[in-house]
Amino acid sequence: MENNQQAAPASPSIPSSQIPRDHRETVGDYTVESPRMSARDVNVHYGDKHAIKGVNLDLGRNEVLAMIGPSGCGKSTFLRCLNRMNDTVKDCKVTGDITLDNKNIYDKKLDVVELRAQVGMVFQKPNPFPKSIYENVAWGARIHGLANTNAELDEIVETSLQKAGLWNEVKDRLDAQGTGLSGGQQQRLCIARTIAINPEVILMDEPCSALDPIATAIVEDLIDELREQFTIAIVTHSMHQAARVSQRTAYFHLGDLIEIGATNDIFTRPRHELTEDYISGRFG
Amino acid sequence: MTEDNSTLSPNIPKRPRTIDVVRKNINKRNAAERRFQLYGKVAIALAISFVFILFFDIINKGKGAFVQSYIALDIYLDEQQIDPDGTRDPAVIADANYFGIIRSNLREMFPEVSSRQERRNLYSLVSSGASYQLADLVREHPEYIGNTFRLWVPADDDIDMLIKGYIDRNIPEDDRRIKDNQIAWIDKLNEEGRVKTQFNTTFFTAGDSRDAELAGILGALSGSFFTLIVTLLLSFPIGVAAAIYLEEFAPQNRLTDIIEVNINNLAAVPSIVFGLLGLAVFINFFALPRSAPLVGGLVLTLMTLPTIIISSRAALKSVPPAIREAAIGLGASKMQMVFNHVLPLALPGMLTGTIIGMAQALGETAPLLMIGMVAFIVDVPSSFTDPSTVLPVQIFLWADSPERAFVEKTSGAIMVLLAFLITMNAVAVFIRKKLERRW
Ligand SMILES: Nc1ncnc2c1ncn2[C@@H]1O[C@H](COP(=O)(O)OP(=O)(O)O)[C@@H](O)[C@H]1O
Ligand SMILES: [Mg+2]
Repeated sequence: MENNQQAAPASPSIPSSQIPRDHRETVGDYTVESPRMSARDVNVHYGDKHAIKGVNLDLGRNEVLAMIGPSGCGKSTFLRCLNRMNDTVKDCKVTGDITLDNKNIYDKKLDVVELRAQVGMVFQKPNPFPKSIYENVAWGARIHGLANTNAELDEIVETSLQKAGLWNEVKDRLDAQGTGLSGGQQQRLCIARTIAINPEVILMDEPCSALDPIATAIVEDLIDELREQFTIAIVTHSMHQAARVSQRTAYFHLGDLIEIGATNDIFTRPRHELTEDYISGRFG
Repeated sequence: MTEDNSTLSPNIPKRPRTIDVVRKNINKRNAAERRFQLYGKVAIALAISFVFILFFDIINKGKGAFVQSYIALDIYLDEQQIDPDGTRDPAVIADANYFGIIRSNLREMFPEVSSRQERRNLYSLVSSGASYQLADLVREHPEYIGNTFRLWVPADDDIDMLIKGYIDRNIPEDDRRIKDNQIAWIDKLNEEGRVKTQFNTTFFTAGDSRDAELAGILGALSGSFFTLIVTLLLSFPIGVAAAIYLEEFAPQNRLTDIIEVNINNLAAVPSIVFGLLGLAVFINFFALPRSAPLVGGLVLTLMTLPTIIISSRAALKSVPPAIREAAIGLGASKMQMVFNHVLPLALPGMLTGTIIGMAQALGETAPLLMIGMVAFIVDVPSSFTDPSTVLPVQIFLWADSPERAFVEKTSGAIMVLLAFLITMNAVAVFIRKKLERRW
């Protein structure tokens, strides 16, 4: 804290904030008109650890929402709540309401397989299956029965790879191992794999953190294009990336959603001192 | 640099240059590494030389088991003696006194033999199986009746030892099983070209016998084969299914913890206890046949299951969680995730565990003794319920036999057991490579 205060005058370009650091209510409007997904009063506990503290957040249609914050603040945890990936984590308890198209996704009657077919996920580390490129993309479509014929499946594989910007690079070696591609290609393969099941929402957890700058730029362009068809929530540790790809940005801090707003506003006029600390590089 | 730093910040204690420190102890470090490598090499060399000594010893002792000495008899089949009415009725032919024919043939070869004692020595030159061999031959070829032909019959096991040179002729006659006159007869037969040693087919086609020259390994080999088939067919699917359920589907609670601990305990239970259990449950309660490969396989299944379950669970655990997350994230059910992605990656590891389990089962003796697979069984088993023995038990039985000739049979059987083991492992490695290549 002392350090932060000393350093504050060093960046005069950022207007001084109004909301003090100990304020924990979310600053900014977390609602959107006719949201695709919305979370209300979500709390997550890992055993004794309170990892997400009463977060409210809406995910609009065809938008990219960036989630930023220092590491360990619960970005991944919150993201994984949105398609119930936390179900597989031992001792993880999620409370609150999360809806997808106004249906509670933690409803006992809802089949989690159905949910994940609508809310796809791309992970931090590229994790293609140790199978052929074709099989990587086709598998999801096949288990959900999205293709009736092989020709249809071929079609799904091709369009998915095209949307992921990978088709031209791999069209001659669809039988090659997915794990034999470069890191950037692998991540695009994982995105193609997610696109292939044609979800409504795509969750991305630091999808570029393992990629070099060129591969990152390609994936960022891709995210921008995918917005036309999907709703995307992306966790990123790169503020530049958040600024480049997202329309809205949410700033998390130690399990609290501190501030949310249009990406432009967050990066130019943060209202909470913690947000300002973070985006000016004084924290995290 | 270092100097600069220290002058810039006088309150930071001056440290020696890293490179100076490193140079000072680099030799020590390298020496430690060389020493460690040397220990490793010595250990490996020791292990290899023991394996070689073992192999050399067994092959040296056992190679004799694969050859057998034969003695040529010129047999005249008198029609009067065998088939006086000329009916060629197989029943009549089978009833003839071939035992007597062999004996009189031997007497004719050595007419000077007169005393009862001498005759007994003479008769014991050839195997007691010779008359059965002759009987079989005549049944198959009745046209030999009335003719003279040369028949090679196996030498008696002690004579076989003499011909193979295992018997020292210089020790006093009373101290050896072969008498002087027998040595003289064999030498004479040898001069006449009536003695030969050739590949011992009996060893691979016969079951056990009290006579070493008639004893074969096929009975025990078939017994081991049937037993292992039962073990494999039961323990692999059950073990893998149990491992998958416990690792992937079972809830994590007190009960599964207890089950896990107990599976680990079972792996450490002495195998003879499984034999007692098999005796009580399979034979006494379920009234399954004694000495049968079916029961042996069941008992060995109990014994190998923990090994297979533990190694299969380890193989499943080692599949990267990222693969599971990827499948789950695409909306796969747990079953689809496990069977499409996790299991194929874990299968090579599971196979390795299974092979270790099967190799243990192949070499297991104690539990099989309890269920009667130690019985003396002459017939080669042809089904899962025929009484039989297994290779390690056969080795134990032969090693326990007093006759000199069984020493080489014992080593020969060990060689067969090792060959069985190596073949089994080779097949497993082949299958594993095939499975791995699919990915
Ligand atoms: N499986 C887990 N078990 C226990 N604690 C966890 C687990 N996963 C995350 N946490 C804790 O929850 C907090 C939030 O973690 P995470 O969501 O991964 O943060 P971020 O993605 O923002 O870096 C951290 O303090 C972390 O230690
Ligand atoms: Mg994270």
